[in-house]
Amino acid sequence: MTDRVLPTPTPETRHYWEGAKAGELRLQRCDKCSQAYFPPRPFCPECGSRDVSVFKASGKGTLHSYIINELGAPGLKPPFAVAIVQLEEGPRLLSNILECDQTPEALQLDMPLEVVFEKVTDDITLPQFRPAKEA
Amino acid sequence: MTPNSCAIVGAAETTDLGKIPDMGQIQLHADAALNALADCGLSIKDIDGVATAGHSPQELAHYLGIVPSWVDGTSVGGCSYMLHVRHAVAALEAGYCNTVLITHGESGRSRTGFLSRPMFASQFDAQFEAPFGVSIPPTRFTLPVMRMMKDTGLTEEHLAMVAVVQREWASHHPRASFRDPITVDDVLNSKMIAYPFRKLMCCLVTDGGGALILTRADRAKDFPTKPVYIRGVGESVETPVVSQMKDLTSSAAFRVSGKKAFETAGITHADVDHLMIYDAFAHLPIYGLEDLGFVGRGEAGPFIAEGNTRPGGKLPMNTNGGGLSYMHSGMYGMYALQESVRQMRGISPAQVEGAKLSVCHGVGGMFGASGTVVMTNEA
Ligand SMILES: [Zn+2]
Repeated sequence: MTDRVLPTPTPETRHYWEGAKAGELRLQRCDKCSQAYFPPRPFCPECGSRDVSVFKASGKGTLHSYIINELGAPGLKPPFAVAIVQLEEGPRLLSNILECDQTPEALQLDMPLEVVFEKVTDDITLPQFRPAKEA
Repeated sequence: MTPNSCAIVGAAETTDLGKIPDMGQIQLHADAALNALADCGLSIKDIDGVATAGHSPQELAHYLGIVPSWVDGTSVGGCSYMLHVRHAVAALEAGYCNTVLITHGESGRSRTGFLSRPMFASQFDAQFEAPFGVSIPPTRFTLPVMRMMKDTGLTEEHLAMVAVVQREWASHHPRASFRDPITVDDVLNSKMIAYPFRKLMCCLVTDGGGALILTRADRAKDFPTKPVYIRGVGESVETPVVSQMKDLTSSAAFRVSGKKAFETAGITHADVDHLMIYDAFAHLPIYGLEDLGFVGRGEAGPFIAEGNTRPGGKLPMNTNGGGLSYMHSGMYGMYALQESVRQMRGISPAQVEGAKLSVCHGVGGMFGASGTVVMTNEA
């Protein structure tokens, strides 16, 4: 059990959460204008087309912005970073930064990040990010 | 809209501000409404249009004992009242009603008769943001600022100066919650809340309310108060969550709302004598000054630090002390509007001498929404 706030997937977002459970970061891309987008929805927010496909993202991104939460949140002990990750494919999403000191010195803007998967319950796995390992 | 077609003839805050544990939230609406009616010599039965946020317009109308012919329950966060003013002007021009009452009341501190709003304002938030430990506004609204700092040169000292200058304004206001001067060091040494934000860069949490009464300009001269004309208005929304702003260093909603307000008013920045920019946190006046076009990108931090917005500066801003020092019940927009009205009436405790035009700019739902009202005391 966890006190963590957990998502309740909807028909439109299930592929994203199923992907996380399978160890894949899944995004969607428009078949017409080739725009990659997030959050999940069965049409392209750029051109309105319903012809869209789910694909496995590279899992690579950069640290776009963040705060260090000193107040705490359900199931999370402060201090911890809440970060906006800029994905290589274009979309941005929220994440914590794992395997890293939660300090301004360690958290440098634009540092390369990579996806890892944090299993929280049998049903829910969260895509998370950590500093990218040297290639 | 037609510039100056409508005017604010009644305006008031609740009898007390700050800690009001002995008054339920809906009564804060009513207390402010009764004060605003007394301000302009009307009775509640004269009101035929109501707008409010937080509580529903039907709860408000029933509580006040009126059955209006026009309602607006737009609730997009703390700038809802700016949008109500815009919608009220349209309704008055269309003849849907003759006298509009806009109310705010919030027991933000005491939580007396508090109506809790949903913790997560959107599906997006509930599924994709809350699991990562964002909770109350200091951990959300602040998210874009590190990007702003790296891209535009904004510094922690600039953010601290926003709080310092506004405290200077608050010292003039007997009703302000915090009036003692502070320094940049005080701000930077105050408790860390969500790096890079310290406590004194974050708004207060207080109880209070406010109300406005609007009518068409041709009737406005019949009231005992000096009419404050609505010269221009704007509104917009962008996203329910900060991470999905198109550009973390600029609010698209601010830009659309501000541009519309300036265009409808037919004014340039040089015409503005007085400015209010909703400051739930110290970075908001920075975004506001840049997105409304008062200064260029990256210039707002130095502009404030150099004293341009302080008493005696060329662009007096947040002259009540703002959400950082005056009061902040949760949806602060009403208090910004009240200070613009006081300035246009010439009765603010921190009066800007000879001010003829005021711009009042609001944010709602953490960069989600925006509303802008241009007021003038010249018909
Ligand atoms: Zn498309």
